[in-house]
Formats: sequence, C-alpha cells, structure tokens
Amino acid sequence: MIKMVNVDKQFGKLWALKNINLEISAGEKLVVIGPSGSGKSTLIRCMNYLEKPTSGQIFVDGIEITAHKAPVAKVRQSAAMVFQSFNLYPHKTVLENLTLAPIKVQGIEKKQAEESAMKYLERVGLTEKAHNYPSQLSGGQQQRVAIARALNMHPKIILFDEPTSALDPEMIQEVLDVMVGLSKDNITMVVVTHEMGFARQVADRIIFMDEGEIVEQGTPEHFFSNPSSERTKLFLSKILR
Amino acid sequence: MFSSTGPFAWFKWQALFADWQIFAQGFAYTLVVAFSALALALLIGIILGIASCSNIKPLELFSRIYVEFFQNTPLLIQIFFLYNGLPYAGIVLSVTTIGIIGVGMYHGAYIAEVVRSGIGSIAKGQLEAAYSQGFTYWQAMTHIILPQAKTIILPPLTMQAVNLIKNTSVLAVISGADIMFTAKSWSSSNIYYGPAYVVAGLLYFILCYPLANLAKRLEDKVNALPAEAGGKKSRLAKQDVTVGNS
Ligand SMILES: Nc1ncnc2c1ncn2[C@@H]1O[C@H](COP(=O)(O)OP(=O)(O)OP(=O)(O)O)[C@@H](O)[C@H]1O
Ligand SMILES: [Mg+2]
Repeated sequence: MIKMVNVDKQFGKLWALKNINLEISAGEKLVVIGPSGSGKSTLIRCMNYLEKPTSGQIFVDGIEITAHKAPVAKVRQSAAMVFQSFNLYPHKTVLENLTLAPIKVQGIEKKQAEESAMKYLERVGLTEKAHNYPSQLSGGQQQRVAIARALNMHPKIILFDEPTSALDPEMIQEVLDVMVGLSKDNITMVVVTHEMGFARQVADRIIFMDEGEIVEQGTPEHFFSNPSSERTKLFLSKILR
Repeated sequence: MFSSTGPFAWFKWQALFADWQIFAQGFAYTLVVAFSALALALLIGIILGIASCSNIKPLELFSRIYVEFFQNTPLLIQIFFLYNGLPYAGIVLSVTTIGIIGVGMYHGAYIAEVVRSGIGSIAKGQLEAAYSQGFTYWQAMTHIILPQAKTIILPPLTMQAVNLIKNTSVLAVISGADIMFTAKSWSSSNIYYGPAYVVAGLLYFILCYPLANLAKRLEDKVNALPAEAGGKKSRLAKQDVTVGNS
C-alpha cells in the first residue's frame, strides 16, 4: 500500500530522514515510535507529500508520488491525515468540516456526503455536535471530529501524527478508543504515537526511529520483551519508566 | 471673512449653489472612477496577495516587484506617465480610463499587501489540512483560508477604499472632471476659491467618513476576537500595510 525506497529528507544541513526503506502492506497497522526530533513526523508527512523528500521514491497505492507531475492531490484523497493539533476548519460546523472536501474535491452530492458524515459522526460518538463549531468542542471531541473528517474521504490509508499529544490526559482515552475501533477495519493505519499501550494492543508492526533512521522494527511482542538495539532499549526504558 | 469682500462672501456661496449641478456631476464622476478603480484594485490585490503566498517563486517574485514598484513611486507620476508617456507608444487613453487604471493599479499594490498579511495570519495547519484532503492551493484559498482571513482583512481593506477615494483627486491634474477638478476649474473662472474648496472637501468627507467609521468598528470587532482567530495579530498586520498612503 505504501512503499518508500531510499528516501532521504534534508532540511538544509540537517538530515531528517536517512535512506529510509519501508513497505507497508494493505490493512497493516504500523506504529512509529522514537524520541523527539527523530524524524517521525517527517516520515509520515512524506507519505502524503506534505513533505517533499530530497531523494528517493515513494509509492502510495501503486502511484509514485515522487514522480514528475504525479497526481498528488488525488493520492492525498486516499491517504487521509489526522494532525496533532486537529486542524479543523474553525469557520465551518462539524458537519461541514466532514463534507467540505468530499463535495468540493471528490464531487460527491451534498446529501450523500452528509449522510455518510452522520454515519462517521455516530461512529466517533458525536452526532449531537454536528451543527456546532469546532471551538465549542473539547480537544478530545475535536480530534474525534478530525478522525471522522478523515474517514469521510473514504481513504484506504489513514495517517496519524501524534493524535493524542495535544490533549489533556483525561481526553486521551476517548480518542484512543476510536482508533482501536478503527483498527478492527481493514484500513491501513500509520500511527506516530507515544502511547505504548495502544501500540501493544493495535500494532501489527512497530518501527523505532532515531536520528532519521529506522533503527529497529518488529512485532509488539518483540519490542516489549526483547528489543535488540541499545538505542531502542534506552528509549523504551525512559518512556515506560 | 464672510464680509461682502471676504473669501467666503455670501454672494460667492450663492454663485456656487446656483451652479450646484456642476458639483453634482463632479461628485458622480468621482464616484464612478472610485468604484471602478476599487473593483480593479480588489481584483489585482486579491490575485497578487494569493500569489505572494503561493510558494511558486515566479509568482511571488512578480507580486513582490509589482507591490514595491507601485508603493514606492508617487501616484502622481504614475498618472502623468499614463497621460503623457503612453501616447508616445501610440496608446492614448481617455482621462477616465487613466483614472481607473492608475488609481486601481496603485491601490491594487496596497490591497495585495493587506491580503498577504491576512493570509499569513491564518495558522499554517489550515493549509496543510486542506492539502491533506486533496484541495489544490487555489481551492484551499477560496474555501478555507480567505473565508477565515476575511474578518482580519476587512478593516484595512476599508481604509484602502477611503484612501482610494481621496486619491482619485489626482485626476484634477490631468483635467479629470472629478470633484477636485470641478472645484478648481469652477473657482478659477470666477476666483471664488473659498466656497469651492470647502464644498469639495465636504463631498470627499461625505464619502470617506462613513467608510472610515466602518473600518474602525470592524477593527474593534477583530480586536475583540481571541488571539487564535487573529485578534492580536491583526494589529501588527494593519501597521504593516496601511503606512505610506497619501
Ligand atoms: N520545516 C522544517 N525545517 C527545518 N527543520 C525541520 C523542519 N521540520 C522538521 N525539521 C527538523 O527535522 C528533524 C525531524 O523532525 P520531525 O518533526 O520529523 O521529528 P519528530 O520525530 O516528529 O519529533 P517530535 O516527536 O518532536 O514531533 C528535527 O530535527 C526537526 O527540527
Ligand atoms: Mg512530530
């Protein structure tokens, strides 16, 4: 579903990604962990071309997005993104947040877009907020709307960049619950997170990044019982206390 | 002053009121030029403002050069150029056209800056969210960024309209039939300058004061907004763009 071949990303002199090779199969739940500044966001943002790699190739759903004149906007519709800071459209109601892109970008009928929007709002438990504005919602509710907004594009892939990091502790669980529910579907999920409980529960595979490289990858069992790299051990010992 | 020989002598006012139609025509003419120029300025300003944030280097460069050129040369010279220079290139424009194009292009530069700083005040995450949903840059601007920037853009934009109206008075130097020229020519034939310029000033005031007042009220509204909606930022944005107008 996603394939990265020899991907490098430089910000001036700084190497945010160094020679990344990664293949994610359809329906896989991939969790990305690593210390701050290790390149996790850069990695996931390359997957929908919000960040342009310096070199290397990236394929999403069979299309090379790094190719000249690639249909990037098209590919983005099948690889939805959920941001740390929600990024809901503040001038639109919750329902409009969900239907704007399906109507304007995908050309779906308003009525149909609204019907599926209500279905996804029900799924994240927020039907009663459909006509509220984002500013009238709590952080956890906003993030659940953002997830519903992503789902209403009917994507094949959903990318999460630290979806719970900006939330107050008491709101983290409600968002994680929605994500766990989502993981039961066969949608491909890539999740950058520090929530190790979630990773253990949901991940098919975890990758650990440090200084722009994939240092180690494996199943949750492998990671939490006997990680091989010293850097992984050090990171996990800090984060798991 | 109002004595029978002073600059504001009563008989001079009487003469002016007798010729009120001439002034009404000047007023109407100024309105037409101002509205047309404002439409042009808005068109130029919005397109260049969007272009200047597009991350497309040639577009950014073009709008930068345009803005710097028009902001840093006097409007009067631009008007003279259109009036006296272009005929050498075989292009002869009517005075009205020169007024609309000259004033419109000049204020287009200022409006571009207003739009640019308005767009800049919207959080970067909004554009990213739009991109991540497959919106193109122009779609993102029209559906997501500009509707949010609108409240921030509106007050300085209204002040631009005020400046634009006042600046149509430069047309008097090329005999433009506007309020200013009407006052000038009417009074030069009978030397009743006093009432003529008072009335001219009053006519501009009638147009500009309500607008300036509106701008102030819009501005107060923006400042009452929370910072993330542009409440704080708009003040900086305004200083940034309203300096240097006549
Ligand atoms: N737009 C940018 N310009 C310059 N440097 C950047 C930019 N974005 C990221 N970087 C740098 O690239 C490196 C990787 O950043 P990235 O955001 O991918 O890390 P991260 O693993 O997501 O960290 P965090 O856990 O703090 O979110 C960091 O050193 C960061 O400072
Ligand atoms: Mg990050």
